[in-house]
Parts: sequence; structure tokens; C-alpha cells
Amino acid sequence: MSLEKKPKKKMSFSHAIFEKNPIILLVGILITVSIGGLVEIAPLFYLENTIEKVKGVRPYTPLELAGRNVYIREGCYNCHSQMIRSTRDEVERYGHYSLAAESMYDHPFQWGSKRTGPDLARVGNKYSDEWHREHMNDPRAVVPESIMPGYPFLAKADLDFNLISYDLKANQMVGVPYSEAQITYASADLKAQLDEYSDGYDAFMERYPTAQVRDFDGNPNKISELDALIAYMQMLGTLVDFSIYNAKENNR
Amino acid sequence: MTNLSAPPTVNSLAKGLTSLSLGIGVLMAVFIVAKTSSAPMAFHGYIMMLAFALGIFAVIKFGSRDNGRIAAEKSPAGVFYNDGVIKAGAIAAVFWGVIGFLVGDIIAWQLAFPALNFDLEWTNFGRLRPLHTSAVVFAFGGNVLIATSFYVVQRTSKARLAGEIAPWFVFWGYQLFIVLAATGYVLGITQGKEYAEPEWYVDIWLTIVWVAYLLVFLITLRRRQEPHIFVANWFYLAFIATVAVLHLVNNMSMPISFVEPKSYSLFAGVQGALTQWWYGHNAVGFFLTAGFLGIMYYFVPKRAERPIYSYRLSIIHFWSLIFLYIWAGPHHLHYTALPDWAQTLGMTFSIILWMPSWGGMINGLMTLSGAWDKLRTDPVLKMMVVSLAFYGMSTFEGPLMSIKAVNGLSHYTDWTVGHVHSGALGWVAYISFGALYCLFPWLWKRKGLYSLKLVNMHFWISTIGIVLYICSMWVSGIMEGLMWRSYDALGFLEYSFVETVAAKFIPNIIRAVGGLMFVIGSLIMAYNLWRTVRGEGDAVPETSEAETSETSEADVKTVPAE
Repeated sequence: MSLEKKPKKKMSFSHAIFEKNPIILLVGILITVSIGGLVEIAPLFYLENTIEKVKGVRPYTPLELAGRNVYIREGCYNCHSQMIRSTRDEVERYGHYSLAAESMYDHPFQWGSKRTGPDLARVGNKYSDEWHREHMNDPRAVVPESIMPGYPFLAKADLDFNLISYDLKANQMVGVPYSEAQITYASADLKAQLDEYSDGYDAFMERYPTAQVRDFDGNPNKISELDALIAYMQMLGTLVDFSIYNAKENNR
Repeated sequence: MTNLSAPPTVNSLAKGLTSLSLGIGVLMAVFIVAKTSSAPMAFHGYIMMLAFALGIFAVIKFGSRDNGRIAAEKSPAGVFYNDGVIKAGAIAAVFWGVIGFLVGDIIAWQLAFPALNFDLEWTNFGRLRPLHTSAVVFAFGGNVLIATSFYVVQRTSKARLAGEIAPWFVFWGYQLFIVLAATGYVLGITQGKEYAEPEWYVDIWLTIVWVAYLLVFLITLRRRQEPHIFVANWFYLAFIATVAVLHLVNNMSMPISFVEPKSYSLFAGVQGALTQWWYGHNAVGFFLTAGFLGIMYYFVPKRAERPIYSYRLSIIHFWSLIFLYIWAGPHHLHYTALPDWAQTLGMTFSIILWMPSWGGMINGLMTLSGAWDKLRTDPVLKMMVVSLAFYGMSTFEGPLMSIKAVNGLSHYTDWTVGHVHSGALGWVAYISFGALYCLFPWLWKRKGLYSLKLVNMHFWISTIGIVLYICSMWVSGIMEGLMWRSYDALGFLEYSFVETVAAKFIPNIIRAVGGLMFVIGSLIMAYNLWRTVRGEGDAVPETSEAETSETSEADVKTVPAE
């Protein structure tokens, strides 16, 4: 160690420049830590093949978006992934591996990092609304070994959608292609998705042709948080028509 | 600003400007409370109002006694060190640490016994888990880093901390950030991005606090009386600067209104995922590694009374570590919809990262050359050495798990949770405990800790706890990973998902018991440190003449100066 006591550099460049000036040290640090991020992340924004070319992916309906916000608020992503990896067992268990295109309107993404519960990327239409209602109210009533918390309060809570058009507007500002009509009628569309006999039904279907319309929580007298959450879960992973998807063309 | 004959004064212009800014903050908080439609946001508005108002009161009162002079003692080096804010940071670290560990153990029990979620929104796992991660990483870890960095930068620069109000603003501002973040999660305010859950207005507040932190640190370095910036400070500076960059980029978002908590992230889908894990992995790399390596480079040599093993190695260690860490993010996204080239790049750099990590570990461990006998008598040093062993273990496990074939098994399982905790409990918490056990007697001028026996007890209880934790998570993680991909003789998947959940019951309980032991250990520490502050047991107050003398000039480059 005594050798190290007075380091004498024989190189023409001396590290002392970083050791003697905090600003130069700071600039050196910032340059060093920028390189990796720039090389890895920046290309994802301009390489055209980053997001696959698919048909069917559309922005969320107002009700689905509100449900997604309940999903985020309750921290579902802490235990559930929404990203099926391209391995044999995952594809057999959950369905076609997830595409980047399927979460292109997700601000933020909810791919998750942990499967304390199963993946939810394609949970849409796998179970009935009734099953989801029971499951949210008391998970162990339908899956005895489940360790999921119960969410009985969702069915009792009125969905707060006074500002839902603000939500769509903010999404539009970060790049989701909502039309002005979709933003203006967001509140009406939210109600219309819960009742196929409502006055707003036709206009809603025109704006969101592939949306599922029904009373999701089984209580037609109430627009609950559970309505929104189930509406969101029932559309997860159902948008892309994989019968016409060309995997080879989208190989990255 | 150093070597003054009298204690420093408070600049009245700074007092005025700070009060004015805080006053504007009060007005903004009033506006939020008046206009918002969200009850939790209104609650946050009241908290901000109260905090800013108390801030104004404190700033006006600040230094109003003793003719505007601040109470400070002259150190033997002739510097009036600012130790008050460090004391506050050290106490806050212990406080938040105990809370963070406790919440962690509660959610561990929830995973074994779901009834403990109580079917309520405020107590379910999904809301408490971010509370746990933020409390341990940002509240405990953050306060340890603020306290130690303020200590180290002053001692190794022989200069008083820059500014009088600014360091206190950093400390209290950071506590406000913690309170807003934590209460937000419980009330349902979250961005839904792991380790970056606080919403836009809390992020903006943290940015203001962080810029103040960076400035205090930089200006103190500029005022140093030592020719060289000591190694530990390079790591602290890299931590502060890089976390600022990560925080700013990953949290860019569009609020739905300036009085509502909800915002939408600027990035979506695959770009959002890689940005998030670039952030997430470097929260590990720069918050939980670079910052705590700063602690290692000061406290290990100081406690062992030996110079750092190799100065040249610390230069290589520093630049290679910060260069390589940034690339490692994509290993969180193997086999996902992230393009393959990015996955491969992330894996490659993650494996290379093994080298600087072990370089740092070797530099720390070899510092004990000629002082290994101290491990028998000093449990504080033992804790720090074991932290380096855990650091070595988890920085070997990390590159291993970043290999795509291994990650295919480990990802989404409890193995990841075990890996994180071997790093977080074994490395981050242990080096922090070591530093806290050093700092309390130094700051309160005690000859030693209240009881080294209690330190030893803390060490053994929590070490066994960590081992139980890690081993149970290896078992459950590898087991569930194998069960998910297991096929029967007919070529069908052998297990339903819920069978893998049920199979983890026993490991879940062992993990929660291990966590409980870790909590008990931290309570023993809190008790020991409290008695130390009170000057009981072996913690007899030091007389000023008895203080250790300054290290000679010749040692400055390799030994932390004081």
C-alpha cells in the first residue's frame, strides 16, 4: 500500500484534473453516464421497426381508461405483469406473446416485473363479468388458494368521471390519437358504454367500433369503479387480430 | 468561509428570498386546496401549506440569537463544521429505516396470510408495497446519504457546508417529499411506475430540493482546503448528478390539470418500459450503489484506521462503474416486446459490470489488510465488512441473472425479490448501519457507543434474518420458475398458476420471519443509538482535548482527512 501513497502518473493525461476541479468532475460524470442511455434508448424513438405493424390497436374508451386508472391506483402492477414473453410455456399458458404495438397507447406502460399473480396481458374475455365481480369482492370465493387482497370497496365506490375529458385531453397531448369529438363527448361515451339501449350508444359505437358494451358490475343503477375496472380487464389483449399478423415481417 | 475566528452568520438576503419563495409556495398550496376536486390532493395541499408556513417561521427565527451567529463549535482543524443538519439526517435515517423495514415485513406476512389486507383500500398490498420500497430506498437510504455526504464532504474538504439555510432546506424539503409520497400511495396517488411512484407535483418538489442538494455539495467542494477532491466525494457527486438526470427524464408527464394529482407519462409502451428500467436499474446503480460506495470509501478506511487499498483501483472503479451501470436497464426486459438488439446490449453490459463491482469490493475489503484482527473486537467494522461480502455476492448474482437464459427462469419470480434484498439488506442497510454506528458517537462527541454487545446482537439477529430471507426466496423463486415451465408426459403444462402460488406458502412464512428478525435488529440499533446520544454506558462524553488529532498532509490522498 505504501506504493500507492503518492501516485505519480507517467501518462501525459493526468487524472488530477478531475480531482482538483468539481465542475470538470461533474461534466465528466454527466458525459460518462449519458452515453449508454443515448445509444440504447434514443433509437427506440426513431427506428421504425420498434413497434410492429398491426391492425386493431385503438386508444382506450373513456370507461376503459378510467378502469385502467383504478388498476394503477390500487397498484395491481406490483403483482401482475402485462407482458407475455416469447417462450413456449408462456405462450401456451397466456396466449400469443405480447407485441410492443399492444401497449403503444399505454401512458405509462404496465408491463410489470413480478408475477405474484398471473399475467393479465390477455385476460380479456377469458372469464365472465360475474366471475370478475365475485373475484374482486372475495378472491378466495372463486380461487381458494389465492393470496390476492379483496377489493369489495370497488363495487360500492361511485366512479368519479367529472374530469374524464381532461384525462383524454392529457393523453392526446402526450401522443394518443384521440379525436376532438372523442374528447368532447368523453363523459357521454363513458355512460354509453354501460348501456346498449342508451341514447348515446350509436355515437359511441361510431367513435369506438370494437368496444364491448354492457353493464359490467351487474348493478345498472350505479356507475361504479368496478364497472370501469372490469371494462378495462375484459378488453386487455383482445384488440389485435392475430390471424392476419405477420410475425416474420415484424422480426426485430 | 473556513477558518473564521467566530461562528458563521446567516445572510439576511438569503433569509428574505427563502421566506419569499416559501410564501409563494403557501399561496400555491392554498390555490390547490381551493380548486382541486380530489380529496387526497386537498390533503396534500394542507400539508404543503403547513410545511411552508413552518418553514417561513423557522427561516425568520434562524440565527436570531447570539447576534445572528450560528451555534457551532470549532473543530481541531479550525473549521466550524455544520453538524446540526447531519445529526438530523442520522436521526431521520433511523426513524424511516425502522418504519420501512416494518412495512416490508407487514406486506411479507400479507403474502402468506391474505386476510391481513383487511379488504380495505388503504391497507392492501398494492398500495403498501410502494410505501415499503420508497420508505427503505428513498427515506432510509436517502437520509443516510444526505447525512453521510454532508459529513464526508466537510471533513475531507476541511470546509464548512455551503450556505446556512440551504442544507436545512435540503433536509426538511426531503422529509416533506417523503411525507407527500408516502401519504399519497396510501390514499391512492401514484404514477404506477415502480420506484418512481410519486406524482408530478411531488416530483417537481423533489427536483427543487435535489438542485439545492447538488449546489450545496458542489460549492462545499469548491471551498475545500485540500488540494484533491477525496474519492468518496466523486461517488457522492456521481450519485447526486445522475439521480437528477434519471428523475427528470423518467418522470416527464402531462398533468390533467394543475390542481389535480393525476398525470400521464410522456412515454408509452416499449419506450416507456426501457426509460423506466433505465431509471429503475440506475436507481440501484447510483442511489443504492454509487452513493453507498461513497460511504464505503470514507467509513471503512476511517474505522479500520488504514488507507484505501489502491488509489489507482478507485479511479478505475469509479469511471468504469458509472459508465457501465447506465447500460444495464434492458436486462429487466428480456424476451419482452423490447427489440432484441437492446436486450442483447443490456445483457452484455450487465455481465461486464461484474468487473468494476468486484473491483470496488476488493478495494474495500483489502483496505483491512493488516487490520483484520479488528473484526474480533469491533462489531461495527464486522458489519461493514459483511456488507462488502453481500455486495460481492449480489453483484455476482446480478450479472448471472441478466443472462437471457437464466433470466428466462428467474424473471417475474421471487428469485428477483431475494436478489434485491441480498443487495438492499446485506449491502445497503449494513453499510448504512456501520456508518450510523460511527456517526452517532462522532457527532454527539461520545467516546464510543452505548454498548458494543448490542451491536453484536443486532449483527447476528439481522444476519440470520437476511440468510433466511434470501434462501427462502431462492427456493420459492426457482421452484415457481420451474413449475411455470414444467410439462407433463403428454406435453401439457403440468401446473396451473394457482398451484405455484400455493407451493410458496412455507417459503413465504420463512421470508416473513427473516424480515421480522431484521426489524428486531433495527430496533436494537435504534435503542443503542438513543442511549449513545444520552451519553450512557460506554458512550461517555468526550472532552474537546481528547479528540483525535488531524491526519498528516502526506496521507490526504489515501486516507479520509480529518
